[in-house]
Amino acid sequence: MSRLMMGLVGMLAAPMALASKWNMPVGVTETSREVYDLHMLIFWICVVIGVGVFGVMFYSVFAHRKSKGAKPADFHESTTVEIIWTVIPFVILIAMAIPAAGTLMRMEDVSGSEMTVKITGYQWLWEYEYLDSDVHFYSRLAPSSDAARQLDSGIDPATVDNYLLEVDNRLVLPVDTKIRFLLTANDVLHAWWVPDLALKKDAVPGFVREIWTKIDEPGVYRGQCAELCGRDHGFMPIVVEALPKDEYEQWVASYGSESMTDAVVDAGTPAATAPTTGPGALYTDKESAVDSDDSEASAETSGETEVAQADASSKPAAADTASGDISKATLMADGEKVYAQNCAACHQPSGKGMEMANFPALIGSPIVTGDPATQIKQVLKGKAAMPPFAYLTDQQIASVVTYTRNSWGNDSGVVQPAAVKAQR
Amino acid sequence: MSHAADHHDDHHHGPATLSDGFGKWAMRWISTTNHKDLGTLYLWFSFLMFFVGGAMALVIRAELFQPGMQFVDPEFFNQMTAMHALIMIFGAVMPGFVGLANWMIPMMIGCSDLALPRVNNWGFWILPFAFTILISTLFVPGGAPAAGWTMYPPLSLQTSNAFPMLIFAIHLMGISSITGAINVVVTILNMRAPGMTLLKMPLFVWTWLITAYLLIAVMPVLAGAVTMLLTDKYFATSFFSAAGGGDPVMFQHIFWFFGHPEVYILILPAFGIVSTIIPTFARKQLFGYDSMVYATASIAFLSFIVWAHHMFTAGMPIAAELFFMFSTMLIAVPTGVKVFNWVATMWRGSMTFETPMLFAIAFVFLFTIGGFSGLMLAIAPVDFQYHDTYFVVAHFHYVLVPGAIFAIMGGVYYWLPKWSGVMYNETAGKWHFWLTTIFVNVTFFPMHFSGLAGMPRRIPDYAVQFADFNMIASVGAFGFGFSQFIFLWIVIQACRRKGEAATARVWEGAHGLEWTVPSPAPYHTFETPPVVSDAEVTAVHDEPAHA
Repeated sequence: MSRLMMGLVGMLAAPMALASKWNMPVGVTETSREVYDLHMLIFWICVVIGVGVFGVMFYSVFAHRKSKGAKPADFHESTTVEIIWTVIPFVILIAMAIPAAGTLMRMEDVSGSEMTVKITGYQWLWEYEYLDSDVHFYSRLAPSSDAARQLDSGIDPATVDNYLLEVDNRLVLPVDTKIRFLLTANDVLHAWWVPDLALKKDAVPGFVREIWTKIDEPGVYRGQCAELCGRDHGFMPIVVEALPKDEYEQWVASYGSESMTDAVVDAGTPAATAPTTGPGALYTDKESAVDSDDSEASAETSGETEVAQADASSKPAAADTASGDISKATLMADGEKVYAQNCAACHQPSGKGMEMANFPALIGSPIVTGDPATQIKQVLKGKAAMPPFAYLTDQQIASVVTYTRNSWGNDSGVVQPAAVKAQR
Repeated sequence: MSHAADHHDDHHHGPATLSDGFGKWAMRWISTTNHKDLGTLYLWFSFLMFFVGGAMALVIRAELFQPGMQFVDPEFFNQMTAMHALIMIFGAVMPGFVGLANWMIPMMIGCSDLALPRVNNWGFWILPFAFTILISTLFVPGGAPAAGWTMYPPLSLQTSNAFPMLIFAIHLMGISSITGAINVVVTILNMRAPGMTLLKMPLFVWTWLITAYLLIAVMPVLAGAVTMLLTDKYFATSFFSAAGGGDPVMFQHIFWFFGHPEVYILILPAFGIVSTIIPTFARKQLFGYDSMVYATASIAFLSFIVWAHHMFTAGMPIAAELFFMFSTMLIAVPTGVKVFNWVATMWRGSMTFETPMLFAIAFVFLFTIGGFSGLMLAIAPVDFQYHDTYFVVAHFHYVLVPGAIFAIMGGVYYWLPKWSGVMYNETAGKWHFWLTTIFVNVTFFPMHFSGLAGMPRRIPDYAVQFADFNMIASVGAFGFGFSQFIFLWIVIQACRRKGEAATARVWEGAHGLEWTVPSPAPYHTFETPPVVSDAEVTAVHDEPAHA
């Protein structure tokens, strides 16, 4: 309650200081500034009309009341007045429509773009493919936010940096470049929205939509999925990091050569956001995210930290001694965590699925209890509504496959990382 | 069509009451073909659904009170948003207006009942079954529909056992609406008392006539859209699946071809109620009666050619986006005419501010705010920023809550003395009005800000910068919800005949045939057509023949 009062006081006292909290961002593109100007223009038109109409109405309410002895007039129509108040709004609307149409046509003109990024929406993450280079990665809610957003997590969202607005792998883009995005989706409708770029478009499965932007200022710009896409619709943010052109070139050049396991993730530097598709990317980022939180949050997320450490410690084993088998107990323990992170939203912690046609139960599933190669292939490649999980490490996939094959009454043997590696 | 009253076997001894025994009393309500009984049933049903849908809204607002997930799973949250909308639209607002139409249209145009009384009974009694099916989806495996009231595929096709129940429930609601609409059209066009020409009809009757045509035009479209969803899910069609040559966006076109006229179905009768209340309490004729009728008809026509403004971000050719932007902006013209006419009606009147008038004035003020945000949303390039944010949530709640629902509440206060024969408690009514109005604004006004600042709609959790506005909105929502128990108490008191006896005229400035019959209105009214005197129609028409 005290926060409510502070909020009220704060909002009443300092509207100017909190402009971004009250209003649409001006943004960092020519388009976003045009959109903002149109928004303010139509807003002030509405304010002026509102003040006029409500002024007359409330004057009448106060002055023309029976208790003040007002006698009713008997006029009830006036063709002149009615024509005037039909024509004037019409003229205002035309004045408004002309600049709006101009902006709309500029927004739809994707010609002359200098690079293209294909964006695919999944339940519930984004895939980015840079069509002019080899850069290709997935981007999902940052683990620190993901831990805090669980029901009764006990973590105060205020202690999490950029709660719900941070991802593991940011979309890195150059400034001063006309960038075309090709938008599609794999399963259901999503919408890709970054307010600072004034870009929002639905991602439609089976169709490709084009949008474009040209960012003026380096910086980090955050957005979210804007089209209801199921259970975790609120948890698939978008983070764009705009870099000066030369830094962007360096980033692209280092992208392929950079050893994935060495990726240093540190929120302050461009390198930090290097998308990594290789082993450990997810959890390395998680570790740093946890570190950057205050101690209370790290304590709360110790479960997540454990995963990170377990993963980090077992990495050399997976990389160097592929022949060395990992014990079933380790695989099961790791697998349970990987499952909770990646699979449980659809297939449920109980393994019973969501009784929806597309989220089948894993208990007794022919794929989970049958040939391991089929299951590994499906985890790697995805199928129908299930996205591909190829960005997980061999050991993570082996763990989660082992976990599903030996939980909830399933009893179908152990899968080692080598088997996953063989199928990549 | 034979005269309705011919069918009543209880014609001579009145309707059964509880003192005649529970069985007789229950059968009276189940088998009734009396427009007043059915109006009462519709209104109570609407009231019940208002509380059920409201409870779901409070689940939503409780979860959104602060950031983080405290109470419900995100999937259940999505079920709440979808069910809240379906129940409020199809269960609360539409039956509320049908209830008012049942009660008032025959009494306003001077006929004894609706033209098709048995169809009327059927139309009502479908609804409890439809909503039992809909609400019971909360208890089936997989839970209730969670893809929003708009049911966009492919997401809606992920609904589990609830899916066929949802679609069957919608079909039943559609049948109910269509029968009701046909009844209204047939009654108004055939059964007006001699002298009640079309351009002498009260505005409420006019707006309902136009609404009824909209219903007949678009409810079958909704039925078609949801049937295509059904065959896509169970019969291997691919209307909305690209893999089979279909297009998910086609559903949106079909849905909003229904959905936008539906928006006006939810608001045109409200215009009629407000146009009836304001002249009464301003003691002055409605300004610009003819232009009100033409504006209503224009809005109805435009409602068919603006649907894709709900889909600016879905992807359309530029020409289509421009067309839908311009046509949508045009709606501001006839809507503006209506607002100007209401203000001109108040101007130099002799106003008093009983509860119905308070609701009507709040309607003009707050609905217009919703209209302004609607005009902003019409600007396609800016809509890309507003679309699917809390700005949109603020917009449509401003036109639906202080719009449609305030009009229903105002109408109930206005006609309650005529229905019950007693005056409601005016002090309680004013408390209800002021609490409701204050809390509505506390709830929905901050949503404009959170939406502009970037909060998407239909999310169960949000970034911390939206926390203050959400906390305020949640406080407002609980205040709004609990204020409605005052309304419930007032209506129950009136039904129990507790209060001062009402006169036939009830309000000093009231004109219209409904005020020429005693209060409470007899079970059967106007079994012989009344003489339509100038005094009862001049309040709404332009030839002031009286002194």
